[in-house]
Amino acid sequence: MYSRTYKTIVAAPPLLWVCLFLLLPYALMFAHSFWLVREGALAHQWNLQNYRALFTNPLYFQVLLRTARIAASVTVCSLLLGYPLAYYLSFHAGPRKELLYQLVIVPLWVSYLVRGYAWKTILGSDGVLNGLLQYLHFTREPVSFFLYSPFAVVLMLTHIYTPFVFLPIYAALEHIPRTLVEASQDLGGDRRATFLRVILPLSIPGLLAGATFAFVLSLGDFLAPLLVGGPSATMIANIVQSLFGAAYDWPLGAAISVCILLTTVALLFTTERLEKRWSFR
Amino acid sequence: MSLENSRQRSVWLTVYASLVFGFIYLPIVVLILYSFNRDGVGGFPPRHFTLGWYRQLFSDSAIWEAVVNSLIVAAASVALSLTLGLLAALALDRATFPGKALFRRLVLLPLILPGIITGLSLLMFAVFAGMPLSLLTVFLGHGTALISVATTELFAGLQKLDRAQEEASLDLGATPWQTFWRITLPNLKLSLVAAGLLIFTLSMDEIAVTFFLIGRDNTLPLEIWGRLRRGITPEINAVSSLIFAVSVLLIVVWYRLRARSISSAPRELLENL
Repeated sequence: MYSRTYKTIVAAPPLLWVCLFLLLPYALMFAHSFWLVREGALAHQWNLQNYRALFTNPLYFQVLLRTARIAASVTVCSLLLGYPLAYYLSFHAGPRKELLYQLVIVPLWVSYLVRGYAWKTILGSDGVLNGLLQYLHFTREPVSFFLYSPFAVVLMLTHIYTPFVFLPIYAALEHIPRTLVEASQDLGGDRRATFLRVILPLSIPGLLAGATFAFVLSLGDFLAPLLVGGPSATMIANIVQSLFGAAYDWPLGAAISVCILLTTVALLFTTERLEKRWSFR
Repeated sequence: MSLENSRQRSVWLTVYASLVFGFIYLPIVVLILYSFNRDGVGGFPPRHFTLGWYRQLFSDSAIWEAVVNSLIVAAASVALSLTLGLLAALALDRATFPGKALFRRLVLLPLILPGIITGLSLLMFAVFAGMPLSLLTVFLGHGTALISVATTELFAGLQKLDRAQEEASLDLGATPWQTFWRITLPNLKLSLVAAGLLIFTLSMDEIAVTFFLIGRDNTLPLEIWGRLRRGITPEINAVSSLIFAVSVLLIVVWYRLRARSISSAPRELLENL
């Protein structure tokens, strides 16, 4: 029904734009990762030195390990908060369901910076939490370890990604035919059995999608460590950021970025496969 | 397994869900509360109510310059990403071309990739192309990254569209151009407004991509970021509270529109990745 001209006119501009401003930049990043810096200037000489440095320098490995640990903690914490919330909304919230759903959605789109800043004011050594603790006479001196620690980064990122994790899980739970739940109960399954053998397996695709989001987005985060993490919570993206700034080694930074990018794409690909396998639709 | 037991579990679940809600909203409540506190950001309880920080904010010209910059970037990004997103959605919905599946994934990539990757690759592109960093590069970054949001939203809108109307229009002798302006576009109006609002909000708040593309003129989030390095004052609470209020307002409008145009919420956005 649509003519050839129509199809060309709608497809060509976005295709060209995306090639020029998305594909070409990503390709440039790949190219940079095989170049090097010599005497403070970029040298277009193809080599594998950056990748070798990445795998042999123990510093990078250590930071990578910490980053993976932080991202995994954020994922687990967001799931622990997001899953029960989604389950409650889907099965027990009754008439307030729609309102509560919107209440979870709103913070999802609200400024990352605003939410990060809020944690900074709460956790600081003369922050709100310390004020509260002293007011209640739990502590006499301000406690300084709340802020500038990996804990603060996990807390802040969990706060940010819990709604992200909630959303696909809630969607999956809402898709479960209620007749299946009733059938399980009629056949003598108690709540525990119904949950473990009907609801949980059917919500796995949503759970995987949410977990991937939280993990991937925390993996490449560099703002939370700068804002609330401090030096002990430096993550891999902070290394990249400093290589592109003061340390001036774009090729090495590009090599790390390429690794982050490939990890992300591989994770997305894997979870997509897994979701399909677990999907009952 | 008694009824009593199961009711008790429901109670625990309700309590747990309330605590999660508390966790989600507590920081924001604290933030707003302390924007009215005379004695600064710390300390408990907040004692002396004042509007002074807001007064200081309104006479702070650097902040307002940043707000204007952000508004310009956001408005331009909405225009760019809506135009290209609409075309991309039409192409995905109606055309077949080699590499279509790849194109779809590529368009959506900035939505799921950490901002630092998109930001840095565009930085390298700007240097490669000899473009000085300025609000223009920030706009390029936002506009390009947010095509993902526009495409998903508008594609969802197109899928719900009644094709018969367009067929009728074409059968009755209207040109494809007329059909597009008189049938397709008016039918997509709500999706367009909804997508526009969302893109506007996301652009106003964006920081990870902007971080690498900013020149001399700051956007609002980067102006705030710069001030955080110099220490925190309730003035930042005040401006954050205002940002929060405006974001919520736009999101609520967006949600209402979206609920009218398409029954299911941003879920589709996330499910389509």
